[in-house]
Amino acid sequence: MSVEIKTNTVETLRHTYGNLQRRFGDKPASRYQEASYDIEATTNFHYRPLWDPQRQLNDPSRTAIRMVDWHAVTDPRQYFYGAYVQTRARMQEATEHAYSFCEKRGLLSRLPEALQQKILRCLVPLRHAEMGANMNNSGIAGDCIAGTMTQLHIYQAMDRLGIGQYLSRIGLLLGEGSGSALDQAKAYWMDDPIWQGLRRYVEDSLVIKDWFELALAQNLLLDGMSYPLMYQRFDQQLGEEGAADLSMLTEFMRDWYAESTRWVDAMLKVVLAESAENREQIQAWVDTWEPRAYAALQPLAEAATGQVALDEVRAALAARLHKLGLRRPGVAA
Amino acid sequence: MKQLAFIVFQDNDNARYLVDAITQDNPHAEVQYQPAMIRIQAEKRLEIRRATVEEMIGREWDVQEMLIDVISIGGNVAEDDDSFVLEWKN
Repeated sequence: MSVEIKTNTVETLRHTYGNLQRRFGDKPASRYQEASYDIEATTNFHYRPLWDPQRQLNDPSRTAIRMVDWHAVTDPRQYFYGAYVQTRARMQEATEHAYSFCEKRGLLSRLPEALQQKILRCLVPLRHAEMGANMNNSGIAGDCIAGTMTQLHIYQAMDRLGIGQYLSRIGLLLGEGSGSALDQAKAYWMDDPIWQGLRRYVEDSLVIKDWFELALAQNLLLDGMSYPLMYQRFDQQLGEEGAADLSMLTEFMRDWYAESTRWVDAMLKVVLAESAENREQIQAWVDTWEPRAYAALQPLAEAATGQVALDEVRAALAARLHKLGLRRPGVAA
Repeated sequence: MKQLAFIVFQDNDNARYLVDAITQDNPHAEVQYQPAMIRIQAEKRLEIRRATVEEMIGREWDVQEMLIDVISIGGNVAEDDDSFVLEWKN
């Protein structure tokens, strides 16, 4: 008896959901596409929200920026919930390892007193700025429309909360387990002159109504200077002064910043290319907030790294803006 | 006789990005969708570039990661950090 093995091919009738077929054609869609497009309701809102009765839910008019379809902005990292959580879990595993190593060996508590004080005064209070960044990005995620945009900002918000927690952990290590160092850091944030510029910027940003303006003020202009300043320049300087061990605890922030600039730039590129009106509006906001961010960081830079570092960081941001087709304020096109 | 360099992937979520990247870098390649697998073949030479794949999947990517999804290959392999090349050299 002979056995004949036959293969039978089953053709897929529909490769993906209808909404993605209409956008990209009938071919297998990526998980990112399936999880991100056309998720939010766009029509048939019965009631206006009590917190903003002039507008509908998911109303595109909450920003002055106009897009035919906000889904045009996509995440170059293609983060949807699964991919995002997996990536951060990997990063967190490495970071946890660094923290437990540092704690076990007492790497921070054996630093000279003056350096410990410097870290406590110049770095740990940033956790309050991270809290502001968390609230701002949650706010943007609430007000913006299209799933691709919402995702970017809510993940950003969660990342900022995580970074705030890591800074708190540094405070706890400095206080050797007690919260006294964190109380001290809070007192610096509230009263120390080096922090008042940044505190004012953060508190003012909390009440920006236009969510795209807020995205620029927070994720492009403030972070674009404060991250390179505090996590690269200040880190480098601490290393030279003998506190290189601290770099282990802030590596997450550097990796994260390099990653997050990619989507911020990708978002701006799409929105700037949409229309001349968008470009003008964004330039106007950059003109308002870039000098404010610079001024806010000046006293902190004075105490932490020196003015030169801040000026170099500002020049690097100007180059980044230039690449996007924007101008730094006060500089002709 | 035609000498075909080829690579065969399992038909899964990873492979789709790889196929997109390979067809972009090798316009002469032919893609065959078979049950549960995807075969990509090209005359003489087939190149998989890390930079292109990274652009497609939006993250850093190690060429070795690809091997998890590979079923079979044909051709002499030249592999480094930036690319994976299948080629018949004679």
